[in-house]
Amino acid sequence: METLWFIVVAVMLTAYVVLDGFDLGAGAIYLVVGRTHEERRKILRSIGPVWDGNEVWLLAAGGTLYFAFPQLYASSFSGFYLPLMMVLWLLMLRAIGIEFRTHVENPVWQGFYDVIFSVASILLAIFFGAALGNVIRGVPLGPEGYFFEPLWTNWRVGPHPGILDWYTVMTGVIALVTLTTHGALYVVTKTEGDLNLRARKAVLLTAPIQVLLTLLAIPVTYVVKPDVMDNYRAHPAGILIPLVVFASLGMLMWSNAKAKETAAFLASCAYIAAMLVGAAFALYPVVLPASTNPSYSLTIYNSAAGHHGLVVGLIWWCMGAVLALAYFVFVFRMFRGKVRLEDGGY
Amino acid sequence: MDSALLVDRLHFAFTVTFHYLFPQLTMGLALLIVILKTLALRTHDEVYNQAARFWARIFGINFVLGVVTGIPMEFQFGTNWSHFSRFAGGVIGQTLAMEGMFAFFLESAFLGLFLYGEKRLSPRAHWWSAVAVFVGSWLSGYFIIATDAWMQYPVGYERAADGSVQLSSFWELVWNPWAWWQYAHNMSGAAITGCFVMASIGAFYLLWGKFVEHGQVFVRTGVIAGCIFSILQLYPTGDGQGLMLVKHQPVTLAAMEALFEGQPGAPLVIIGQPDVNARKIDNPLIVPKVLSFLTYRRWSARVEGLDGFPKDLWPQNIPLLYYSYHIMVGLGTIFIAIMVVALFLLWRGKLFDSRWMLWILVLSLPFPYIANTAGWMTAELGRQPWLVYGLMRTADGYSKTVSAGNGMFTLLGFMGMYMVLGILFLFLVRREIELGPVATRNTGH
Repeated sequence: METLWFIVVAVMLTAYVVLDGFDLGAGAIYLVVGRTHEERRKILRSIGPVWDGNEVWLLAAGGTLYFAFPQLYASSFSGFYLPLMMVLWLLMLRAIGIEFRTHVENPVWQGFYDVIFSVASILLAIFFGAALGNVIRGVPLGPEGYFFEPLWTNWRVGPHPGILDWYTVMTGVIALVTLTTHGALYVVTKTEGDLNLRARKAVLLTAPIQVLLTLLAIPVTYVVKPDVMDNYRAHPAGILIPLVVFASLGMLMWSNAKAKETAAFLASCAYIAAMLVGAAFALYPVVLPASTNPSYSLTIYNSAAGHHGLVVGLIWWCMGAVLALAYFVFVFRMFRGKVRLEDGGY
Repeated sequence: MDSALLVDRLHFAFTVTFHYLFPQLTMGLALLIVILKTLALRTHDEVYNQAARFWARIFGINFVLGVVTGIPMEFQFGTNWSHFSRFAGGVIGQTLAMEGMFAFFLESAFLGLFLYGEKRLSPRAHWWSAVAVFVGSWLSGYFIIATDAWMQYPVGYERAADGSVQLSSFWELVWNPWAWWQYAHNMSGAAITGCFVMASIGAFYLLWGKFVEHGQVFVRTGVIAGCIFSILQLYPTGDGQGLMLVKHQPVTLAAMEALFEGQPGAPLVIIGQPDVNARKIDNPLIVPKVLSFLTYRRWSARVEGLDGFPKDLWPQNIPLLYYSYHIMVGLGTIFIAIMVVALFLLWRGKLFDSRWMLWILVLSLPFPYIANTAGWMTAELGRQPWLVYGLMRTADGYSKTVSAGNGMFTLLGFMGMYMVLGILFLFLVRREIELGPVATRNTGH
């Protein structure tokens, strides 16, 4: 039962990164790719009807985490106190950047929100990557199952690291590059003309960096935390995951070069999903490793809620998930195709 | 008091109070917009469609603020109240996660369609998108109320070996009798905010002499619905909520009424300043025996006072609790008076020419917000000193690993951020009101 909920939370977080990832990425390239007022409006229009729904995956994943693994929720949220609060502030700024920009037709007002939206998107991508880096590297958990990490200590990976050290900065950069590619490919699928071309060119630049960083991340992670290989050794089938990672990267670059827009975007989705699944596979059954003493680590067993709650939750969760998928299919179909400015909205 | 505890309490109180300024209008307006859309569909009168579009624009701005200030609420259970989350997450995680799965997805999916999809959808489909947003926002309300109701009156749980509480009965949690009364009372309160805001803006247009036709629709809709909900707020929902207190939190009731001594034929205090140390009320204006009647439906019934309970069970901040409760009830009574008189004038066909009444409606706008806030303060201050009534004290629930300094840093950050958001909100809404319901522009969208 705990394993099932581990999978559920991992799937929800993956869905969040794949979905909100493209609108974060669209924000990251927004100022560079969108040169004119019309082009920027097109980018906003392409994410306008869906970004809020995408972000709900984060909230729903947070809620599910709270309900299935209360101990994990309690110690990680209080331990990552400062970065989480900053993420909240950035999410707020980004939301008003998207939504309030259009209310006043004034270049100064809109220019201000353009920068807010783009900078908040970039910082969020880095923060989320660094957060994942923290979870892989481990945090200074005490015997009570709590910890508190300052933003940085000495930038080194040790028993008492900060949120930011060289490793988590690296994962943050990987996340930024990955989501930039992802967002650019999304913009490619939703636009035409110069904007489409410029977004494709952006991918020509970011995708090779993404390949290099991915190649770098795997050995570096092994050095930082040697036991990430344990599950792969125990279950050699896991080796399929890195294969998917590299296959999807290859597919991404090939389809982008050939202007196969949807295929390139889907390949990027597959890459992100495979990277996250690979991390979850390496961690299982640990959900928050301790950098202090491995016996303090939080696992799905010592952080889960009671059995009855988990069983009951499965019933309503499945119902909710079916409904949520139905809404998503419906909304993405309603707003399918290339963006046209005359339809109204944003 | 430990300073980290104080900071964490202020942190939650500040963020949740600011947050709830927006959802109450979201939920109230969602209902009124469905009514306007229904009228438009039935009568084919374009004024109703323009009215619905105007309120949808206000709704859109308001909704964004509700969402962005709502996200920190879910996070703060973990960040600032981690010991509480570890203790109670096995139960209230259920309702909070259900809110995400059932309410947020529904709302967010259909909000885009509702706000920007009118041209792509048929009138009936667009009506359905409005209904979906309404259902989503009211469902969201239920899950939050069920969570708070569990903290007020815990049901459906069992103690686990590690001291935490775990779910033992899903249906008891979801059908908590406390939750139903609280939900009815709270949603009626949200509807009152929506009605007063609508009537107030309508009355403003009538006094201004601009958009008169729309102003009349707003005033009519706001006053008719507002009269119904103002009465429902007192009876049966307020009364039912009060009877829950009598049964399950008698000490809270005594503190709200500042009834220091238990007595038969207890009086109702209308105004007066409680002096907790001297255990009396200064300058009291009282109505004899009414409290006994309201509590037990008998004029001479004995009502337990604060003296009947050990002092460590008293809510800590009795004066603030007493004032919150009295402000809520006092304003609620005034709302009934305003709405009944306005409805009478409407019925006689005189409302739109009664400038004095229109002025009252315009100026009444902030008061439902104050009443709703005071109501929530009554509920939450009344629950003290407990975080989960009878199970966990507030002083045991906060995050012990987060220092007061870190808490203060983010509290100040939120204050600055929310000040900016509040100014932006007022600026944008004022602009929409001035531009009016007849689209003379491409709305910038």
